[in-house]
Amino acid sequence: MPLTHLQRLEAEAIHIFREVAATFAKPVMLYSVGKDSSVMLHLAMKAFYPGKPPFPFLHVDTTWKFREMIEFRDRTAAELGIDLLVHINRDGVEQKINPFTHGSNVHTHVMKTIALRQALDKYGFDAAFGGARRDEEKSRAKERIFSFRNVQHAWDPKNQRPEMWKSYNTRVGPSESIRVFPLSNWTELDIWQYILKENIPIVPLYFAARRPVVERNGMLIMVDDERMPLHEDEKVEQRLVRFRTLGCYPLTAAIESKATTLQDIVREMLTARTSERHGRLIDADEAASMEKKKREGYF
Amino acid sequence: MTASIPATPGSVLEYLAKQEKKSLLRFMTCGSVDDGKSTLIGRLLYDSKLLFDDQLAALKRETKRNSANHGDIDFALLIDGLEAEREQGITIDVAYRFFATSRRKFIVADAPGHEEYTRNMVTAASTAALAVVLVDSRKGILRQTRRHSFIASLLGVRHVVLAVNKIDLVGFDRRVFDTIVADYREFAENLGFTTITPIPISARFGDNMTSRSPNMPWYGGPTLLEHLETVPIEEEAAEAAFRFPVQLVLRPNLDFRGFAGQVASGSVAVGDPIAVAKSGQLSRIKEIVTYDGNISRAVEGQSVTLVLEDELDISRGNMLVPPEDRPHVADQFMAHVIWLHPDPMLPGRSYILRTEVDSVSATITSLKHQIDVNSFAEEAAKSLRMNEIGVCNLSTQAPIVFDSYKDNRITGNFVLIDRFSNATVGAGMIDFPLRRALNVHWQALDINKKARAALNHQTPRVLWFTGFSGSGKSTIANTVEKMLHARGKHTFLLDGDNVRHGLNRDLGFTEEDRVENIRRVAEVAKLMTEAGLIVLVSFISPFRSERRMARELFGPGEFIEIFVDTPIEECARRDPKGLYKKALAGEIRNFTGISSPYERPETPEIHLHTVGREVTTLAGEIEAYLDNQ
Ligand SMILES: Nc1nc2c(ncn2[C@@H]2O[C@H](COP(=O)(O)OP(=O)(O)OP(=O)(O)O)[C@@H](O)[C@H]2O)c(=O)[nH]1
Ligand SMILES: [Mg+2]
Repeated sequence: MPLTHLQRLEAEAIHIFREVAATFAKPVMLYSVGKDSSVMLHLAMKAFYPGKPPFPFLHVDTTWKFREMIEFRDRTAAELGIDLLVHINRDGVEQKINPFTHGSNVHTHVMKTIALRQALDKYGFDAAFGGARRDEEKSRAKERIFSFRNVQHAWDPKNQRPEMWKSYNTRVGPSESIRVFPLSNWTELDIWQYILKENIPIVPLYFAARRPVVERNGMLIMVDDERMPLHEDEKVEQRLVRFRTLGCYPLTAAIESKATTLQDIVREMLTARTSERHGRLIDADEAASMEKKKREGYF
Repeated sequence: MTASIPATPGSVLEYLAKQEKKSLLRFMTCGSVDDGKSTLIGRLLYDSKLLFDDQLAALKRETKRNSANHGDIDFALLIDGLEAEREQGITIDVAYRFFATSRRKFIVADAPGHEEYTRNMVTAASTAALAVVLVDSRKGILRQTRRHSFIASLLGVRHVVLAVNKIDLVGFDRRVFDTIVADYREFAENLGFTTITPIPISARFGDNMTSRSPNMPWYGGPTLLEHLETVPIEEEAAEAAFRFPVQLVLRPNLDFRGFAGQVASGSVAVGDPIAVAKSGQLSRIKEIVTYDGNISRAVEGQSVTLVLEDELDISRGNMLVPPEDRPHVADQFMAHVIWLHPDPMLPGRSYILRTEVDSVSATITSLKHQIDVNSFAEEAAKSLRMNEIGVCNLSTQAPIVFDSYKDNRITGNFVLIDRFSNATVGAGMIDFPLRRALNVHWQALDINKKARAALNHQTPRVLWFTGFSGSGKSTIANTVEKMLHARGKHTFLLDGDNVRHGLNRDLGFTEEDRVENIRRVAEVAKLMTEAGLIVLVSFISPFRSERRMARELFGPGEFIEIFVDTPIEECARRDPKGLYKKALAGEIRNFTGISSPYERPETPEIHLHTVGREVTTLAGEIEAYLDNQ
């Protein structure tokens, strides 16, 4: 029996995890708490069984994540007994950087991109796993599985190392690094199908529930805590919503949905007319914004 | 995403189960610049209703901003995802896109047409089973069409769709189509493709893409999508002999020792006998371990962990194989190499050769010929420049395990990596091992280096003097030799003059010849240290990689690099042989420091600053170093 599509994707990801463990001095997995991270974590557990993943996990906390994400993160780390590092850009916190007064761009740059660079430098990681998929966005579709970063953590899209077969070039000089994407060839549907098949725990925010939201610029934003300033004409309503993707709560739009089970979610996905990133405020900010952020060191 | 959408919870599972059973086709587009590759993929996604509303809206905005296509959508903008690509209207790097129809799943790689970005086309071809080769109806077969077809064939692509595109621009003329098809068949005859399927299309307007075009009633074949959905792709890897490259040894505790890897081909079951490729040791499969429980059989493509009956010493880079059907284990072999980097490939230079799981130092011992991509003729060459393809003999520092690429795409490939920049510089497809490596087994001689050295009461060493012409290398080396001789040491001095006139008199001063010059000298020095001598080598040796290659021939501590550091201005002032004068006048080509680079040693064992110092002081410094070792 030849392998099914999902089995192949799983085997490829496991192979990638093991390549990194075998060839890098100090790898880390970026754990963003979302569904892709949940799948990646699950695959990492598989790759080194009966052992544990031989690297730590890093969450870059912008301090604006949904509270349920943080709860889920800490619970998961405790249950699996993995080594979880949390990094917050303290300079950013001191300067009170936030998405409301500084806008999504500045906030993301300081609290995510700079924070990530700080953490990578602090620990001296030479390889970092990320959960990005090529189907997410058109500049991501161009990226290698082993994607080289110079000492400034920058990606040079016009000068990527050729990547043939699965004979990966895993060599880096001092302070250079590689971002590694084990889920490169997965689609959003593959992710959900795999979560369903493997029964992988995910943050409850992916399932529909009544949540407090306001409508702002045509997007439904959840009021996750008291830090969110409300405009005069805005009123908080309880609506049946869920999230297709998770990030900072002020920057991630909810969708109205009745999907309370994984099967419901898959069905909804099959009929969706908008892409997953549609609900991400940072992507719409400027043309080519994802590529620009990646060149600066964003994941 | 696809037509039939399940309505009830039960049918979601049914739907997904059906998805799971679909086969996967990995294909690529290739061909010359602007022939419509990216447009074709964009159009396929659009016609298969795989674009989301927001993506389509963004595409329309982008078309207005960036494209010359007035009015209708420019589908290439959907695929050309980099800013520079959209600005220049060309593809620079591969885009990987995914789509599915009711019959198959697809991973498609859109390759760039520009010659400059051939490396990215090679990237796309390495994992493709089928290539859609586009040809512009108005232009016919171009040099890039041939190059891409040749590379696709070299990399093992067996199926070609000849997409004769922009047929709208030649009035849907059947004769144009027939001529291009005949031309293509003629030149591709010997490329070893199993199928060549010509289809006349207009990628931009959608003719014969997903539905039959009313503009070409004369065409009776399948549409592009129909063909992609139905073309049978042989599953060679599943049928081939079992190959299990060892990626990692898992030792989570003292009771468990497993070999982790992905089955490259064939299959294996618990109880099967296996051989360890490099050592020849035999054992049996005791367990096949996965996170989801032990399994009884592992098949091609699966990532598993194998536990053997016996405790054998096996590490990453080795391979588990059937005892009766083994791969080659050799340190010399012939391969086709595609060069991917602006710095040319030089025979004799040391590179890192990377297979899926192994990594060794390697040199190209000879470049047999290069292949002209236009005529496929074999031509003599001294080096390979970027995008050139050659047939080479390679020699690795330790034996590697491999199959011929034609038998196994996973165990027969390698990449070459530059030792200093770590750039990926070449892609290789192994043809076969060379006999020498098979038959010449290194004799463990009873009288060895140690025995000879003991008789001589000295430790054999090589003192490698590097620096500009006129820096004082030979003078210092001579003085050191005299000092050592006076103390009863057995020495030999190799320098440019005594070697260039004999052993190396066939070599000139081009970059390739300099590399070969150093290689020979290093090998001679090695034989002399084997004989127990202290060897002094005085050569400009301007390139770091050659000095590194020389160093790697010797044991730890044996190779002492001495950088005779005299500034070029000072050397030119001294000019003992009048060479700088000539070089500056342009009479000598490739003169180090003037018209050819010198790469300074980064961490020499001894760094001699010569300016203002006596030769005997400098020689004394070296002597003191040796005494302290
Ligand atoms: N009339 C017509 N124009 C086409 C057709 N296919 C592509 N074009 C146009 O040809 C131009 C180049 O198309 P691309 O898809 O960017 O070509 P490409 O082969 O991807 O180019 P590179 O990747 O840079 O080598 C664009 O302006 C397309 O709109 C076609 O079938 N008919
Ligand atoms: Mg293109």
